[in-house]
Amino acid sequence: MNKTWNNKAWFMVLPVLVLVAFSAVIPLMTVVNYSVQDTFGNNQFFWAGTDWFIELLESDRFWEALGRNLIFSVIILLIEVPLGIFIALNMPKKGLGVPFCLVFMSLPLLIPWNVVGTIWQVFGRVDIGLLGYTLFSMGVDYNYVSNVSDAWITLIVMDIWHWTSLVVLLCYAGLVSIPDAYFQAAKIDGASRWSVFRYIQLPKMKRVLLIAVLLRFMDSFMIYTEPFVVTGGGPGNSTTFLSIDLVKMAIGQFDLGPAAAMSLVYFLIILLFSWVFYTVMTSHDGETGKGGEQ
Amino acid sequence: MAEITFDGIRHSYYPDPQKPEDFALREINHTFEDGGAYALLGPSGCGKTTLLNIISGLLHPSHGRLLFGSTDVTDLSTQERNIAQVFQFPVVYDTMSVYDNLAFPLRNRNVPKDAVDAKVKETLEMIGLSEGAHRKAQGLTADQKQKISLGRGLVRSDVNAILFDEPLTVIDPHMKWELRSQLKKLHRRFGYTMIYVTHDQTEALTFADQVVVMYEGQVVQIGTPAELFERPMHTFVGYFIGSPGMNLLPVRTEGRTARIGDQSVELPGAAPDLQGCRIDLGVRPEFTRISTTGLPVQIRKVEDVGRYKIVRAVLEGQEIAALAGEDEALPADPHVQFDPAGINLYADSWRVDLGA
Amino acid sequence: MLELRNVSRAVGGADHIRNVSLALERGTLNVLLGPTLAGKTSLMRLMAGLDEPTSGTVHFDGADVTGQPVQRRNVAMVYQQFINYPALTVYENIASPLRIQGRDSATIDREVKRAAELMRLTPYLDRTPLNLSGGQQQRTALARAMVKNASLVLLDEPLANLDYKLREELREELPKIFAESGAIFVYATTEPQEALLLGGNTAVLSEGQMVQFGPTVDVFRRPVSLISARTFADPPLNTLSVEKKNGRISHGEAVTFPVPAHLQHLPDGAYTIGIQPHHLTTRATTPHTVSIHARAIITEITGSESFVHFTFAGTDWIMLTPGVLELDPDDAVEVLFEPTNLLVFDMEGRAVEYEFHTAA
Repeated sequence: MNKTWNNKAWFMVLPVLVLVAFSAVIPLMTVVNYSVQDTFGNNQFFWAGTDWFIELLESDRFWEALGRNLIFSVIILLIEVPLGIFIALNMPKKGLGVPFCLVFMSLPLLIPWNVVGTIWQVFGRVDIGLLGYTLFSMGVDYNYVSNVSDAWITLIVMDIWHWTSLVVLLCYAGLVSIPDAYFQAAKIDGASRWSVFRYIQLPKMKRVLLIAVLLRFMDSFMIYTEPFVVTGGGPGNSTTFLSIDLVKMAIGQFDLGPAAAMSLVYFLIILLFSWVFYTVMTSHDGETGKGGEQ
Repeated sequence: MAEITFDGIRHSYYPDPQKPEDFALREINHTFEDGGAYALLGPSGCGKTTLLNIISGLLHPSHGRLLFGSTDVTDLSTQERNIAQVFQFPVVYDTMSVYDNLAFPLRNRNVPKDAVDAKVKETLEMIGLSEGAHRKAQGLTADQKQKISLGRGLVRSDVNAILFDEPLTVIDPHMKWELRSQLKKLHRRFGYTMIYVTHDQTEALTFADQVVVMYEGQVVQIGTPAELFERPMHTFVGYFIGSPGMNLLPVRTEGRTARIGDQSVELPGAAPDLQGCRIDLGVRPEFTRISTTGLPVQIRKVEDVGRYKIVRAVLEGQEIAALAGEDEALPADPHVQFDPAGINLYADSWRVDLGA
Repeated sequence: MLELRNVSRAVGGADHIRNVSLALERGTLNVLLGPTLAGKTSLMRLMAGLDEPTSGTVHFDGADVTGQPVQRRNVAMVYQQFINYPALTVYENIASPLRIQGRDSATIDREVKRAAELMRLTPYLDRTPLNLSGGQQQRTALARAMVKNASLVLLDEPLANLDYKLREELREELPKIFAESGAIFVYATTEPQEALLLGGNTAVLSEGQMVQFGPTVDVFRRPVSLISARTFADPPLNTLSVEKKNGRISHGEAVTFPVPAHLQHLPDGAYTIGIQPHHLTTRATTPHTVSIHARAIITEITGSESFVHFTFAGTDWIMLTPGVLELDPDDAVEVLFEPTNLLVFDMEGRAVEYEFHTAA
């Protein structure tokens, strides 16, 4: 009898291929198309070559926005990752507290971005917001609309409030999968709390931490809705991130060519950073223990 | 090192235990001698792990006291008891080298650097891991990791006892032999008090000087391997130790004679009056021979297991197992003989001493 | 009949299975014996159709089923971990394959009850697996495999996570239960003792290759190679390099004896001899008995048997002897064996040909 090849599997994949084509590949190609042409609407296009890219890379506006993005991502990673680990370490491992903590931690994650923005916009208002008014009545001069550092602090606190839970939940999942025997052995070896963290918990959390850092980096680098709702990119351009700038350019000014060039560069930057992160963080892994471990 | 005394130790997971069944571990009064090799043997749920956790301090017994030497350690933490433990699944610090794994317990106790180095090197020698001591522990095989776990206990000069919780579970058969004999060698050379928990009779018997057999939260017998084999105090010991386990035949006794159905067996001594008890004759397959004389049996099946044969036969409607040599031929008209040295009598599951 | 023809499987440059050919008859119990990572699970996955071989073909009753996915083959599998549907009762767990086959409820009820009876699960039919002991959970998984009436049943170290005594009982029941079904049974284990107790046929695996296949006891008694003998020995096989010269077989001065009759035909040269620990003794039996003067290292006593680890001429061996033989480290001991019990291998590790000795 002949060998029967089963090609039906390809049909199963087909819907996904179509979906990906429409949702990702075709729009991306459209963007590539826009980025090398100039248009004034009416479906009239003029070849622009690499002009938009050159213009973009020579503009201060782009580099400033990129700088703001990087600073923002670095700050929130530096706060959210240690804070997330700290909270995860202190969450109960068994008992009634577990479901309570888990639900409590997931709450911020269930709220849509624009709602988060609105909540904080109102929360921080000096006239009616709980936080803003409280600070105001305590004599603190807090105003995220006019003060640059106040605007930044508001955005950062908001992001931490919204996303630390994700880091917590991922770390918690990593922590509970560590067998009890490790902690017993550490007790017997007379290990300090810090040694337990350094030599057992951290190594066992490494994989989930990598995912947490990657997710948080990519998400924060693409931040858009919250600053758009809360500060609208201001005061001045102080919270204008790449994404906000991009939308301003594309929809506000209808500069489709430069905007397309910018989104491509933006995309490549995220890709590059993610790749660097991933490579650096997995390089210490060495050979992963095959067998032996359960 | 110190002797370990169980003074009326009992444990229940219920807040207010009343019946004996409420206890996961029933009362134990016993002393483990300094430098002895002990095994806690029994099926899962027999209380052996509960007992081990009481020794290591992970569990506080609900009743009784635990003494190390003359010190009451019942309320001391795991750290303060100075014990070492090897777990079922190898516990190593993945990010550290083999060397650093062994140095870890010493560094935690602020031992000076030179002393750490000397002690670690000596221990590496003992467990045979001197080569590649600076490799990461992560990529090692299960048996090597288990040696590291052991080494972290051996490296400390202050350990009162080394506890083993089914340490060979994930080890391949060939490596089991090596690890087991190495443990035994270490025990003989350095005289550690070792307590070994297992459900595997071979491991328990080959490792220990004294085996504690546990069954439903109760210690049913403590004895040397030979005692457990030759004179099981309880039918459970007869069943659990030895494979196949002991043959048990319901009998009636009349002085030196035990009657199985219409057949009778000569007892090595006179049975006392056992009115109202369920009486069983217990003979291990090793003391049961198929021959041309004795009690007639029907052979049901012969299993050739390489080194010897297991003969499954029926005696007066009762299943019995006998062992036959590798090259032994079985007679056409089979009978069974019981070696008097291996005949035990049980009344309500507990062994009865036979008179002269 | 299940037939593997020159089957290989490589994953990412690493050979998991190397050129295995094997034919398994219906109604037989076949043990795959080998240490961890020898390829037992890989081979089972190929048999089941969970993986496709990189090269070679798989045939079932003469038909080529190489590319056929597992759903279209009539295969049942039981794993080392106790795998059951956690939300279903024991009854529903056992019934699940029958429900998938679309049997009527009367048949399902009858089949489930029969399997439960055989597996001694009748009192637990209404419980969920998490409320059962390990042994009961694994018996549920076995019962599920049983009712499926599969033509190929794969058991991947099914007893490894169970207590010693429970293992003994199930091991005794398994061949009985499966004997009547007429299916092909494949049973993977790392333990030589388990293979011997199960009987049937044994395929010895080492590093992805099949070293030997045949009736279990034959493979145990007559290994074709040193690898096969070593894999199938528990306690480990004792080996020694020797030289055959001038009518004697010797290892220096330590071991030397006249060439026994059945090895006369071998050309002079270097060989490796192997002897099973239970063939070593301290009591001479025949005039041909060979003696070794050794020193004890350690003795392990089980009550019924003693394992004596001893050393001579830089070689460590193990003797398994019935009864209690207690020796202190460094005690002198005279160890004896019969030349007829020797296994002899050439320098490539192949067993040499000779008339096999049987006393019976």
